[in-house]
Amino acid sequence: MTKSELIERIADRQEQLSYKDVELSVKLILEHMSKMLASGERIEVRGFGSFSLHYRAPRVGRNPKTGEAVSLEGKFVPHFKPGKEMRERVNDF
Amino acid sequence: MSSALTKADLAEKLYEDLGLNKREAKELVEIFFEEIRTALESNEQVKLSGFGNFDLREKSQRPGRNPKTGEEIPITARRVVTFRPGQKLKARVEAYAGTKPQ
Repeated sequence: MTKSELIERIADRQEQLSYKDVELSVKLILEHMSKMLASGERIEVRGFGSFSLHYRAPRVGRNPKTGEAVSLEGKFVPHFKPGKEMRERVNDF
Repeated sequence: MSSALTKADLAEKLYEDLGLNKREAKELVEIFFEEIRTALESNEQVKLSGFGNFDLREKSQRPGRNPKTGEEIPITARRVVTFRPGQKLKARVEAYAGTKPQ
């Protein structure tokens, strides 16, 4: 399912909102989640899961083409932990 | 410590920025997460460009242990959700990393 399919599916279930409203809403939700994560904020959605940042320590990497060593700085990466209901529903097959 | 972003905060954002009424905003946020769960539950990958992909992985049975008793118990085969952040989200989060150690 892509973002546009998600928008269509939500619009199909919505009586009161136009396709355009749903499209703007989905984009705003994703933008707000990205912005909050990028400012170091956690996201917690009960039954769905939580998003947080994990730290990756500095390390020496290699340029895969030349084999040359490159020092890489520490960084944060987004992490998702599925919630209980998500884990159960996905595993129930 | 700031508290985490929740569904209520997202609904509030839709109300403030897009002018949805509070009931519509709350319902929309609910359906947003529910549709993603429904797709994943039907073994359908979810690709949200700019944000990331939710993928499904089949894990085979592996040996486990009860951490309290030390007893060996197999961890049964299961299907799990993994999230792969998109390039854009990764870049935005890394920019934060440069400014503030956690």
